[in-house]
Amino acid sequence: MLIKNAIKYLVVAATFIVAASACEVDPPIKKELPANDIRMIIPEGWPYPEYDFTGNTLTKEGFILGRKLFYDPQLSRDNSISCGSCHQQFAAFSHLDHNVSHGIDNLLGVRNAPGLFNLNWNTSFMWDGGINHIEVQPIGPITNPVEMDESIANMVTKIQNDASYTSLFNDAFGTETVTSQLIFKAIAQFQGMLVSYNSKYDLYSRGQTSLTSSEQNGLNLFMAKCNTCHTAPLFTNYEFMNNGLDTIFTDAGRATITSLASDSGTFKVPTLRNIALTRPYMHDGRFTSLDAVLNHYVSGVKNSSTLSSQVAGGIQLTTTEKADIIAFLKTLTDNTFKNDERFNDPFAP
Amino acid sequence: MKTLKYSLLLFISASLIFTSCKKDPYEETAPTPSNPGVTAGSLSIHFENMAGDSSLVFNTESYVTANNDTFTVSMLKYYISNIVLTKSGGGTHVEAESYHLIDASDLATGDFTLLNVPFGDYTAISFMIGVDSLRNVSGAQTGALDPANGMFWSWSTGYIQAKLEGYSPQSTAGGNQIIYHVGGYKGIYNPLKTVSPSFGTEVASVSSTVTPEIHIKANVLEWFTSPVNISIASTSFNMTVNQTSLDMSDNYADMFTVEHIHN
Repeated sequence: MLIKNAIKYLVVAATFIVAASACEVDPPIKKELPANDIRMIIPEGWPYPEYDFTGNTLTKEGFILGRKLFYDPQLSRDNSISCGSCHQQFAAFSHLDHNVSHGIDNLLGVRNAPGLFNLNWNTSFMWDGGINHIEVQPIGPITNPVEMDESIANMVTKIQNDASYTSLFNDAFGTETVTSQLIFKAIAQFQGMLVSYNSKYDLYSRGQTSLTSSEQNGLNLFMAKCNTCHTAPLFTNYEFMNNGLDTIFTDAGRATITSLASDSGTFKVPTLRNIALTRPYMHDGRFTSLDAVLNHYVSGVKNSSTLSSQVAGGIQLTTTEKADIIAFLKTLTDNTFKNDERFNDPFAP
Repeated sequence: MKTLKYSLLLFISASLIFTSCKKDPYEETAPTPSNPGVTAGSLSIHFENMAGDSSLVFNTESYVTANNDTFTVSMLKYYISNIVLTKSGGGTHVEAESYHLIDASDLATGDFTLLNVPFGDYTAISFMIGVDSLRNVSGAQTGALDPANGMFWSWSTGYIQAKLEGYSPQSTAGGNQIIYHVGGYKGIYNPLKTVSPSFGTEVASVSSTVTPEIHIKANVLEWFTSPVNISIASTSFNMTVNQTSLDMSDNYADMFTVEHIHN
């Protein structure tokens, strides 16, 4: 019996060794990811999106090409960093536990990498709103010297010279000639498909589940005290506001773009969807927990000339109320989105 | 699929046989008068970059501004878009997909030809210096508008409408550089200018036998004066949207003059 078992184990072990060594010999198998059901999504009750793929017809092939480009480190100068490096799916495409972006050559950026989802509804991109269109957004991080530091022209050359893209461009756009325009349109197809609309809160809104009493109380408090800026269903009003983080602005925020003193220290109101997945918080990632964020609004708001009247003097919340609001915020986590295989890294083993 | 490919190949070969007698697309629009169906020809525009009365020379020639500052030029680029020709007796011709990036270091970029221009006498031209606001908000573009051309702000979306770089002993910037990037397309500092350098009494006559050439001079000294005198010491570089970029766009708006028209 003992010998029989021993033989069994040996056979199993041998199989593993063969399997393992086979993996070492063969090149990594390209992961076949699903790309079914590629179509523009407008969840019930949401406004019509800013970007509806006009001039960039959404197709399965365009999505697959965009997905590969999103995860391709060739988009950085030394082929070390992809879009996916700082936008990780398990963190709703934010950079978990990184206060500011970590770029090429171990350089640090100045702002927190936001989650990527529901981008079709964005009226502008980046914390300062400097970028006006989903298709040209990637030019920012790709050319930023402390992020990916690649030139657009060189990126095009690298992708053109990579034979693994030839058929992908042909399938998506009917041409093998790579241009920056086609690269950006493909990435927009991938990013435009990142729609998060299946959180517990969404199920509740659709009458498919109920909230706990704490979550329900949090929702009521949220609607009374937070929804003016973090407006449902997208949980942002897309405006630029100073929420009282500082009295002296080391980062001018929106004023960097507009050169208007009245915009000093204002930043885009971020969505709160998937907020429990995207710590740390604020444009510079200074708060590591939702608790710290709420404490800021209760007692940490600092006065300045551009301070939003919505938070001036702070927002009054008891300890229980804070806990209820956090319970509600956690219902905005969308695990279906976080685990959606269509959005996985095709380079991953 | 294979059959389709072969059919296509056959079709293309056949088309080649039938069209091989034509020389180039130019001739297609300017055929002999014996072809009564054709009513449009071509018109060429030649931009010559100048510093005062001399042709612009990069790096080695020094120039003097209205403020008496000395500078050299290492780069001069600008967009010309939305070209409109006005016909004698009324009517206009609007160039389709009218976007041209002029790079003063690459003379070929200053020469281009408008196709499908209806026959007639044209007495005026207008164009925008820069790229119109619509294209600034329309996502990824290609050709002259490809961001790979280096005339696009990644951090604040929009085209750099015009760019002047060089050196000046009056510059307070590192290495005595001067860098002026005029960008943006909206708001109180919108630098987009539509200008109409005058033909004077000249006329550009487009016909089946004539492709006229409008010769336009662009004087880089105008960046620094009229209406606002720029001091290089106080403004050695500017790469954002502000009063200085607006001033510069007001200044360079009158850098173009129609030198003459060949018919």
